Amino acid sequence: MARTTSRPLSPHLTIWKWGPHMAVSIMHRVTGNGLATVGALGLVWWLMAAAMGPEAYATFVTCATSPIGYLVMIGLSWFFFQHMVSGLRHFVLDMGAGYELKTNKSWSLATFVISALITILFWLYIFGKAF
Amino acid sequence: MGTGTGIGRVRGLGSARHGAHHWLAQRYTAVGNLLLVLWLLFSLISLPGLDYDSVVGWIANPLVAVPLMLMLVSIFWHLRLGMQVMLEDYVHDKGLNFLCILLLNFYAIGGAAAGIFAIAKIAFTGIVK
Repeated sequence: MARTTSRPLSPHLTIWKWGPHMAVSIMHRVTGNGLATVGALGLVWWLMAAAMGPEAYATFVTCATSPIGYLVMIGLSWFFFQHMVSGLRHFVLDMGAGYELKTNKSWSLATFVISALITILFWLYIFGKAF
Repeated sequence: MGTGTGIGRVRGLGSARHGAHHWLAQRYTAVGNLLLVLWLLFSLISLPGLDYDSVVGWIANPLVAVPLMLMLVSIFWHLRLGMQVMLEDYVHDKGLNFLCILLLNFYAIGGAAAGIFAIAKIAFTGIVK
């Protein structure tokens, strides 16, 4: 980006008090890029392993069901649900709604609560079925 | 073109008239991802098991293979747009930014192709014994 560097910039990142709306925006980018890299590669690995045959698939299952594998899968599911709920919030904001200070703050906080709840219910269902 | 301020350089040039396309495509693919990934997650937790035979048998069903392929297009298109915005924000050097976008395009198209090929192979050949 061509920018005249001698001109002063507003100290945009250093002077603001942290709030939920900033956190949810930053988390949207973090979760999105996490899913885009680890999530997408994991998905393609799973499909490729299934296409290659039982041995490749067994290797995938061994990795995915190791303690680190579960940690990654639980993390990815939380990232997905957070990105999803935060994305739904973006659809509301795109329509020009939800910018009032209190509404914006409560919906920002709600995305974290809702995504955590969905993740917990999702894994309770999986572990409840498995054991 | 002048060497004045940023606004001076663009004044009078007008809009390129395709500014909204990226933004809109991000939303279209977001809706695609919302529907298709939720469908995948619900399907996976409803399957009797996630062993090789169950998974391959499930993917081989045409009513599964087609939405799965569409999901890969939607996911990799959406992540290409999203990561492009991230790179534009953080990689300021023009040459390096070009390289990053180039690699991102390879990743997005290559990843989608690999996933779609895997699904097609399963759908056309079924379970390998």
